[in-house]
Amino acid sequence: MLAYLVRRLLYALPILIGVNLITFALFFVVNTPDDMARMQLGVKRVTPEAISRWKAERGYDKPLFINDEAIGSAVFTDTIFFSKSARMFAGDFGRAEDGRDIAREIVSRMGPSLAIALPTFIVGLLVTVSFALLLTFFRASYLDFWGVVLCVAMMSISGLFYIIGGQYLVSKIWRLVPISGYGGGLDAWKFLLLPVLIGVLSGIGSSTRWYRTIFLEEISRDYVRTARAKGLSELTVLFRHVLRNALIPILTGVVVVIPLLFMGSLLTESFFGIPGLGSYTIDAINAQDFAVVRAMVFIGSVMYIVGLILTDLSYTFVDPRIRFN
Amino acid sequence: MSQEVRVREEVLLRVRDLSIAFASGRSLLPAVAGIGFQVVAGETLALLGESGCGKSATALALLRLLPAAGRILGGEVSFAGRDLLRLPEAEMRGVRGGGMAMIFQEPATSLNPVLTVGRQLAEVLERHLALSGPLTRARSLELLTAVGIADAERRLGEYPFQLSGGMKQRVMIAIALAGKPRLLIADEPTTALDVTIQAQVLELLRRLQAERAMGMLLISHDLGVVAQMATRVGVMYAGEIVEEAPRQAFFSSPRHPYTQKLFAALPDLARRGGRLETIPGQVPPLSEMPGGCRFAARCAQAWELCRQEAPQWRQVAVGHRVRCHLNDGQGQRPGVVASVVAAAVTVDTLRSSAPALLVVQDLRVHFPIRRGVLQRTVGYVRAVDGVSLELARGQTLALVGESGCGKTTVGKAILQLLAASSGSVQWQGEELGGQSRRALRPLRRRMQMIFQDPFASLNPRLAVGEIIGEGLRALGMRAQRQEHAAAIAAVLQQVGLDQVAAARYPHEFSGGQRQRIAIARALAVQPDLVICDEPTSALDVSVQAQILNLLATLQADLGLAYLFITHNFAVVDHLAHLVAVMYLGRIVERGTVDEVLRSPQHPYTRALLSAVPGPRLDLQPEFIRLPGEIPSPATPPMGCHFHPRCRQASVACRERYPEASTLSRTHSVHCHLYPQPPA
Amino acid sequence: MAPVILWSDVLIWLLVVAAIALGWLSARNPLLRAAWQRVGRNRAGMASATVLLAFVGVGLLDSIHFRSLLESSAGPAAARPAAQAYSVDVLSLLDVALTPLRTRNEKTYSEPLATRAHAKESTEVRAADGRIRQSRDYPRLKYGGAHLGADEAGHDADVGDRLLRASGIAALVWGALAAAMAGGLARAEACSRREAWRRIWRNESDFAGNAVLVAMAVLLLLGLSMAMLATPYHVFGTDKVGQDVLYQVLKSVRTALVIGLVTTLVMLPLSIFLGVVAGYFRGWIDDLIQYLYTTLSSIPGVLLIAAAVLMMQVVIDTHPHWFTTAAERADLRLLALCFILGVTSWTGLCRLLRGETLKLRELEYIQAAQAFGVSDLRIIARHILPNLMHIVIIALVMDFSSLVLAEAVLSYVGIGVDPTMISFGTMINNARLELAREPMVWWSLAAAFVFMFTLVLAANLLADAVRDAFDPRLAGSA
Repeated sequence: MLAYLVRRLLYALPILIGVNLITFALFFVVNTPDDMARMQLGVKRVTPEAISRWKAERGYDKPLFINDEAIGSAVFTDTIFFSKSARMFAGDFGRAEDGRDIAREIVSRMGPSLAIALPTFIVGLLVTVSFALLLTFFRASYLDFWGVVLCVAMMSISGLFYIIGGQYLVSKIWRLVPISGYGGGLDAWKFLLLPVLIGVLSGIGSSTRWYRTIFLEEISRDYVRTARAKGLSELTVLFRHVLRNALIPILTGVVVVIPLLFMGSLLTESFFGIPGLGSYTIDAINAQDFAVVRAMVFIGSVMYIVGLILTDLSYTFVDPRIRFN
Repeated sequence: MSQEVRVREEVLLRVRDLSIAFASGRSLLPAVAGIGFQVVAGETLALLGESGCGKSATALALLRLLPAAGRILGGEVSFAGRDLLRLPEAEMRGVRGGGMAMIFQEPATSLNPVLTVGRQLAEVLERHLALSGPLTRARSLELLTAVGIADAERRLGEYPFQLSGGMKQRVMIAIALAGKPRLLIADEPTTALDVTIQAQVLELLRRLQAERAMGMLLISHDLGVVAQMATRVGVMYAGEIVEEAPRQAFFSSPRHPYTQKLFAALPDLARRGGRLETIPGQVPPLSEMPGGCRFAARCAQAWELCRQEAPQWRQVAVGHRVRCHLNDGQGQRPGVVASVVAAAVTVDTLRSSAPALLVVQDLRVHFPIRRGVLQRTVGYVRAVDGVSLELARGQTLALVGESGCGKTTVGKAILQLLAASSGSVQWQGEELGGQSRRALRPLRRRMQMIFQDPFASLNPRLAVGEIIGEGLRALGMRAQRQEHAAAIAAVLQQVGLDQVAAARYPHEFSGGQRQRIAIARALAVQPDLVICDEPTSALDVSVQAQILNLLATLQADLGLAYLFITHNFAVVDHLAHLVAVMYLGRIVERGTVDEVLRSPQHPYTRALLSAVPGPRLDLQPEFIRLPGEIPSPATPPMGCHFHPRCRQASVACRERYPEASTLSRTHSVHCHLYPQPPA
Repeated sequence: MAPVILWSDVLIWLLVVAAIALGWLSARNPLLRAAWQRVGRNRAGMASATVLLAFVGVGLLDSIHFRSLLESSAGPAAARPAAQAYSVDVLSLLDVALTPLRTRNEKTYSEPLATRAHAKESTEVRAADGRIRQSRDYPRLKYGGAHLGADEAGHDADVGDRLLRASGIAALVWGALAAAMAGGLARAEACSRREAWRRIWRNESDFAGNAVLVAMAVLLLLGLSMAMLATPYHVFGTDKVGQDVLYQVLKSVRTALVIGLVTTLVMLPLSIFLGVVAGYFRGWIDDLIQYLYTTLSSIPGVLLIAAAVLMMQVVIDTHPHWFTTAAERADLRLLALCFILGVTSWTGLCRLLRGETLKLRELEYIQAAQAFGVSDLRIIARHILPNLMHIVIIALVMDFSSLVLAEAVLSYVGIGVDPTMISFGTMINNARLELAREPMVWWSLAAAFVFMFTLVLAANLLADAVRDAFDPRLAGSA
């Protein structure tokens, strides 16, 4: 089992390198730094001097891979690839357009992102799994039918409408909580309540349906028939037998997103003005701040890979076949 | 004495007029039509029938565990004085596992994979005996020991995947017994198991039943199993019970034409080389049940009345009743008919002068086992470990063994579908191993294969004509369009199918017909050798007879050689000329059919033969009980692979693998009991 | 008129051809035919299909583009053909059909069916005594309800009258369609028309005709009502710059369809090829392909799309000379978005197909083919691909709705379609602050919501029907 985990860890390395190369290609090979400079500076001020100054300020004036003019190891290190891509492995993401250190910014913005994403994730999981269990218990009844109809209808509504509608109703009409903003300390819940509620609500449709399918698939298996033949009640069968087995496919989809919670949600954070990583990313996209987008792509991939490893780890808890092999 | 009589008379279960149907779209397809029977404490009633006759649906309906589409249309199931069909669900749960317990066919999927054996046992004890804590544990240990599981303490903490198939079924039985049921329903309890394990499990069930004076309802398609287990037998056909008789009467004088035909269709000793009696046609589908007698369409003795009016029960002897219009009730002893029909296909099989078509020498197929961080090869699964065989034109060599012995791998390696690790496969002197695909192509039409599962062996997306024509095209035998069509029509006719079948698709055919299509596909390229991998094991007895007859006819007409891979000794006896018995990747005994089956020399062959339940009461040889199960081919035991299970093992067996001892020109055996050839 | 062939048009019509080819294949193969027949029996599925067809019709009309001849050069064109000047505006057939909606722009916001603007404005009114007086009032719209003249009070009656007429026409058309369907069924099942009619409504035929008829009735009623009201009024009001909202939602349909369908078209060949090759050949090829898709899927989709779209925008902005019209530029960005979405979403299907191929290649009919020495390519083409078809079809319909939803979110974030291109995303983005206005402007959002919800819901319901019919586990033994 340990060998299995070590192998998964080792496998993550080439993937990270691959991600790094893809990002690099996307940002520096598809377009030259000159193009980026022209875009950033706008049409009016584009003079060759302005472009080279822009590049020099950001360290984009170096060669891509090999610096012929440098000496020693600097042949490789004094290049765009090394300074902008390879150094990300060391946690050095460079500076944003506003001159701030990206790494420090990321650390400080993780808190608000997590404050929204984590409760949304936990409450959402509990609500959807319970709802799916309920539908499974009453399968092939009217409750099940209309539950599924509700799910399909809910998943046909764009996430934007949940947020717009939620803000309008709760904050504007009922004036229950502030429409947006973020505060630390005890007052934070006022700002968190609505985003979390909307986050949970918008995820109910598709997740419930997905879990219900998994439960129904498990419930048609032979061991469930055995459990019923033992004289166990339907609830016991559902919770002790079906749920335990259904955890395996559910974990595949759920655990992998846990590390990504740090990244926050683009939509929620920008609508509610929460100073997290999601709104950071959106602002960077709108300001065409390439350094920040690049850093976020890299961190996102790292988080995803951590998620994959966590998923493997979680299997060993729920699936004895992996634990003992 | 009087008390014993009273116990015997206590009726545990009485079923009256039970009807079951399955919902399909907007219609209901009847599966079981008004059957009735009863089970007395201490006896075993066997419900015998082919697939789709409704026997499993009946068993599930008794516990009200039918799948969602199943409906109980009517009838009465009274168990211990209560009508189960009218019981509220909460009380019914007390009956399940408590009064009545059930064992299922597939032990691999019937246990919950993520709960320990102990947990799954304890569940029943807590539910029905209200035990808890240390009492549960003690009782669980008792139960596991009772079903013959060694080291019960350790097994309690293990998960199902850590147990072998036989052990899983023992756990299933322990779970079924945990609630102290008075009636045990066993639905094909040994069908998924190997013969030696089947023998162990059947013995266990018999012992437990006797100890606990349980009633047992055994569902089976296997006459052999029924002969060993049943007190009384009920035969089901197309959703009805057509005959019910005490065991003795059933096996000595079956009355219903269907029962008689079933006996006649079984390949066995008495009619070697002859043609088997077959039942024409197939069981009518659920949606179009005929009025009148349901067997009439396939019955040779049917007349007008049979087609118009369903027969009523008729008592023919004490406890023996039958639903058939044949009022004289003279049951013909099966076999009499058969021997008349028998058109001996006697080929002089052992023409030693005939040149060998296929020579396999020291064939090994090893699969690497990869472990650890770097996935290094830490060992090999020795699926085939030094197999040699020869086969001449017109001969049938049967390769017999239990699951996992490597017999299928041998077939695939001969066909070059798997790469051999070492050894040689020669076709008429030409080496096949290591040849390029292009070079192999002309040889491919010489050898073909028929597979076990007629449902997985035909591509559902292709028409039958395309399936059969595939080989012709691939091997460059593509002729003019008309000739191509004619060739397909001819080969369809050869296997007994109408030529309009060419335009239809596999799903329109039954299992037996599909197997005919698979045979036609192989025959289309006019091979000399056909490797048959368990071609009848997925088929019902009556259909199996049709396929075996077809194979025999084709061999007589075309001079085909067969490599017949099977676990079924009855089929071997019927069809083969030569037999090789495999154990853990190696051939342990070989010889002619008479030599191996009539005077088996290897202890494994003997045990295997004795474990096969015969469909007769008289010919039951003494059962040699094999302890344990087949070891993993990744770690075969030192010395003779068989010694851990062999009662006659000596020191030599533990140290060296025995060389072949030649007993006759054709008979040899790998066993230290016989003089070893000088080194 | 000069036809303008946009790349997305080409792909859309290619899709139509592909759909026809798939239909032809399905008609020939009994298993596929049976599966489609199961779809045909599904009532929710068939009602959704009817609704979707209406959307597709709008989208296809909007996918034939041309540039109209400018008035000035409309003279003796034959004399000087080289000097023809074309408008820079690229129009589609839909634009022509909706000319009144497209051209009759008001000044700014107006409510649905309004005759006056949404906000008060200062106007100078010449009073009875001849003096000019400043007055603040809701000004009359330039086009909305203009035909009423001074008779503004007749507004409700006029609307009611038009609705009544629309219902009448709808009833007539529907009756004709229903009769045609009953006639068709009567011929197919060789029974009387009355009996066919009864079977349709009793749900006893092999086609959910009743669902189709009900859906058609609703569509006809709503569609004709809108058509009757659209010319004299603004059915969904106008937006900030006075553009008709109904026109915008109808234009959004094509964008949604392109995103939902072309993306799948882009990713299908890649994922099928890589998935099948990885599963069939295994070994290092499998390792390589698995590495490829794990790497790509490890980059969070939104971020990869953001990065790619940003870069794409740089390319587009630095090469303005590539495009002769704004429509072409917007179209390229749309296609780029489809492509990027395709790249980020092929991995899931690829993984699925690889797993299924791994299972299939162990099946006995593949081994039988190998025993004949059939080449790998032929085995893949004859035995593997046809048996993967159901997965591909299911993936295709399941992805559609999520892609349409994704477009809205991406456009909102600013990494979606070109801001000048009308789509649900840009509509929502433009309208999201309007709820905060006093008095509230709700109709843009409401219209986008209703149309988008209808489209996605229909797609989801059809996807369910298709999945139920094609998934062998759900459809029972095929």
